[in-house]
Amino acid sequence: MIRTAWLVLKKDLTVEVRSLEIAYTTLFFAVSCILFFAFALVKEGKAPEDGAAGILWIAIAFGGTLALGRTFERERQSETLRALLMAPAARPAIYVGKLLGIVALLAAAEVVLVPLVAFLFQAPLLSHPFWLAAVLLSGTIGFAAVGTLFSAMLVRARSRDVLLPVLLYPITVPVIIAGVRATAALLQPDVELALVRFWVALLIALDVVFVTLALWTFEPLMTD
Amino acid sequence: MIPLDFEDLTAEDVSRHFGRRRALSRISFQTRKGSILGLLGPNGAGKSTMLAVLATLMRPSSGSVRYGTHTAVASGAALRSRIGILGHDLFLYPELTARENLAFFAGLYGAVHPQAAADAALQRSGLADRADDPVASFSRGMRQRVALERALIHNPRLVLLDEPFTGLDDASTAALIARLQGLRESGAIVVVATHDLDLAEGLLDTALFLRDGRVAEAVARPDALRSTYRTIMRRST
Repeated sequence: MIRTAWLVLKKDLTVEVRSLEIAYTTLFFAVSCILFFAFALVKEGKAPEDGAAGILWIAIAFGGTLALGRTFERERQSETLRALLMAPAARPAIYVGKLLGIVALLAAAEVVLVPLVAFLFQAPLLSHPFWLAAVLLSGTIGFAAVGTLFSAMLVRARSRDVLLPVLLYPITVPVIIAGVRATAALLQPDVELALVRFWVALLIALDVVFVTLALWTFEPLMTD
Repeated sequence: MIPLDFEDLTAEDVSRHFGRRRALSRISFQTRKGSILGLLGPNGAGKSTMLAVLATLMRPSSGSVRYGTHTAVASGAALRSRIGILGHDLFLYPELTARENLAFFAGLYGAVHPQAAADAALQRSGLADRADDPVASFSRGMRQRVALERALIHNPRLVLLDEPFTGLDDASTAALIARLQGLRESGAIVVVATHDLDLAEGLLDTALFLRDGRVAEAVARPDALRSTYRTIMRRST
């Protein structure tokens, strides 16, 4: 299972490094999103309190949705999804490989987005880098776990581009809320680490639930 | 996972519906190892659907497919490890090189040394000098040759080929025919879906003529394929 997941991950990253298609579109969309909010909300150098947390997660969610749509669309275009499903490898391992690829891509995007949000909204996002990384990673895994499953499920649907966000956002609302609250807690002048720990623990619990459900349902959803 | 083995392939009353449209209707046949079965018929006859069912990519709406004594539902991954398919789409990543594509699939099929398996496949396909070029830069015929090696990289018992002659020049077509004959001699069960009757001439052990998802006729050791095809199709309209 680990070997298959690694092969799929390595293949996805190689394809992405060659084309940079998902990275460019995701970043462009997420950065545009942040810039629009900055122009609208930052007045005379003052940003709304806690606004940075929400805007960072909106950018991650919107950019992430684009990335999720493309990752399986690529497999559909050359019908390689059928070849993956024909392989004797465990199908949940294919899901794990795809999930890790999306998480890696979104993590790379976050490396650009966090300093941009911190700069434009004058938010001390980088004052607790370890906790910020924990919040972003656990939130990204939860979002991508559901998104990867839905993206695979909708790969043959004609209106998949419309259906993906319609299905994804309501289910991932708890992840986004916990991510926003945890990030906002990190922006306070006196950071209450117990509160941050609570939100991170909640995010990890959601990750476990979503990943387990996805591993359980991936095989039947992808058969036939 | 222990790869299973089987010596024959049996379809019994296989039907497949897509909504109200019937793509396959009560298809039955049996073929044994060391033989080439041809699925022949016009576009929309159900050839590709039949291959998808045999490949376990699609479940029949009714009827069953048996691989020796095994079924797709019961055998899962162990059965898939013995099936190789070359689809109408080539199942290759255009951004990856030929070597990367073959090594990736060799790894997925559990090859201990995927790179060595890829190199050997590239030698067989005559594309060793283009091994490190992205597949996107290949002609259709070259992609077809890489795709054939991808389908065969795990030495499958059942080989399913959908229009394998598409885009091949004369030399590549002759090489493919020789390869198929080699597979037959090595004991593989080969199923070829094609409407290229001239190229299939003399290659098939059994020809299954399909029309509108039904078997119009099954002919053992067929010769004069084109005239047989015309006669059968005229009779079945």
